Amino acid sequence: MSAGASLPVARIEAAPPRRPGARIALLLALVALALVPVLASGIGAPFLIVTATRILIFAIAALSLDLVLGYGAMVSFGHAAYVGLGAYAVAILSAHGIHDLLVQSAAALVVCALFALVTGAISLRTRGVYFIMITLAFGQMAFFFMVSLSAYGGDDGVSLDHRSRVLGARLIEGDVALFYLALGVLAVVFVALRLLVASRFGRVLRGIRENAVRMEAIGFPAFPYQLTAYVVAGAIAGLAGVLLANQAEFVSPAYMSWQRSGELIVMVVLGGMGTLVGAVAGAAALIAVEEGLAHFSEHWRLGLGLMLVLLVLLARGGIAGLTARLRGGRAA
Amino acid sequence: MTPLLSVRHLRKSYGALAVTDDVSLDVAPGELHAIIGPNGAGKTTLIHQLSGAARSDGGEIRLAGENITRLGMVARVRRGLARSFQITSLLDGFSVLDNVALAVQARSGSSFRFLRPVAGDRRLNGEAMAALDRVGLADRAGRRAGSLSHGEKRQLELAVALATGARLLLLDEPLAGTGPEESARLVGLLRDLKATHTLVLIEHDMAAVFALADRMSVLVYGRVIASGPPDAVRADPAVRAAYLGEEAA
Repeated sequence: MSAGASLPVARIEAAPPRRPGARIALLLALVALALVPVLASGIGAPFLIVTATRILIFAIAALSLDLVLGYGAMVSFGHAAYVGLGAYAVAILSAHGIHDLLVQSAAALVVCALFALVTGAISLRTRGVYFIMITLAFGQMAFFFMVSLSAYGGDDGVSLDHRSRVLGARLIEGDVALFYLALGVLAVVFVALRLLVASRFGRVLRGIRENAVRMEAIGFPAFPYQLTAYVVAGAIAGLAGVLLANQAEFVSPAYMSWQRSGELIVMVVLGGMGTLVGAVAGAAALIAVEEGLAHFSEHWRLGLGLMLVLLVLLARGGIAGLTARLRGGRAA
Repeated sequence: MTPLLSVRHLRKSYGALAVTDDVSLDVAPGELHAIIGPNGAGKTTLIHQLSGAARSDGGEIRLAGENITRLGMVARVRRGLARSFQITSLLDGFSVLDNVALAVQARSGSSFRFLRPVAGDRRLNGEAMAALDRVGLADRAGRRAGSLSHGEKRQLELAVALATGARLLLLDEPLAGTGPEESARLVGLLRDLKATHTLVLIEHDMAAVFALADRMSVLVYGRVIASGPPDAVRADPAVRAAYLGEEAA
């Protein structure tokens, strides 16, 4: 069973590139990102650290969605639910006096993986538009569940007294420390997904994206592989939620609304589906544009819409495809 | 000798239309059994039923004695029955080598391995290269499958079927859409496959069928009207009337 309709995935190549320069470029990007807090303080704009942290957190969420959407050909329209569940793992455990980041993260991983396992197993019995609708429905169920949970703020959400502790220490109370934590998680997730996509499992997943019938004819049923990818992605999105709760020191059902799920899809499409670098670039672009355009006009979404239309029409591989074409090479 | 594939009273209807109507046939190990018939005779439906892509409404399919009627496509491939497609169905964005290596991967070890890169796996690639070599595509291994010529894609289909490790290959019109030169190459290739595999061949190219088949069955309106060695089938009056017609007279 293939859940996806045929997607305009960046079909430029099936396997991630093994260019020798790619690893160096990624390392340089990591170093550049690590310098952001220093530069932001240097130019007297520490608020940029907060923006950058949000970019990193949403990049993690977008990466996980890219595994489902870009590599697994499953158009999940409920991915924000996992971010929200991860955030609520922090809020609810904190409310009961459990402030440890590791415990909260473990809880988020387990809850999100289970939610993905159950809803994914049901959703993957459908295809195409129905898959989109059913993942949307499950996302909305999670949303309304949290809205009705008045013990934890209900519709209004709940503020955290303080950020999570690491073995009792206030390690991430400062914005700079949280930035580096988010960067570290992003780097680990990025590398792990890069390996996964190129592994035996990843090749089967990409094969199912290309031609599910062919894969079945050589002995690979789509269901277990797509479901596994769905569960892995849900768990990773939960981690993003843990970080988001700590960044905002506030959690509300709005984190898991369908608009948020839509934004995650926009990030992945904007950056270039099926390219990990693209998911990160898409998250950065969307949040930067949001905050940038919001300065100019409250109608910033109009500008964003125009940019999206142009990008989809002119550069179907997203940002990753566009830069690749400008370099005259292939998408990274 | 017990047949490798044994089909008894197989049925399939779409509404009131019986597409497969009480089909029985045996395929002995090592033989090439051709299934011919005019357009709309139900040949492709029969292949779908044999490969597990379509459910049968009645009857029984046995592979080496085991009843596989209720098994899905994946389970049948694991038991040694693989198919090729009438309309080329490849992973166009993958390299030629990776198309075949995936078929090898499907039968060697778990694919729930997440960290080690698979592209450089020597054992998978080695077996894939052997299959490519056999169909004459070894020099195309690094190309994108989508960039191959039509004839080369047909060769790649055969390499993928070979790489599944199946004993019995169901080939759905392997010569479809090929020119005379490509077709001659593929016929040579099928003759070579006969030496190692049991083949069920659906084909429209009568010259090729009569050159290759050990036995054949003629399907008309979902029924087998004749079955036997090519010469006997060619001489069968019912076949001449129903199918070969003037052309073969």
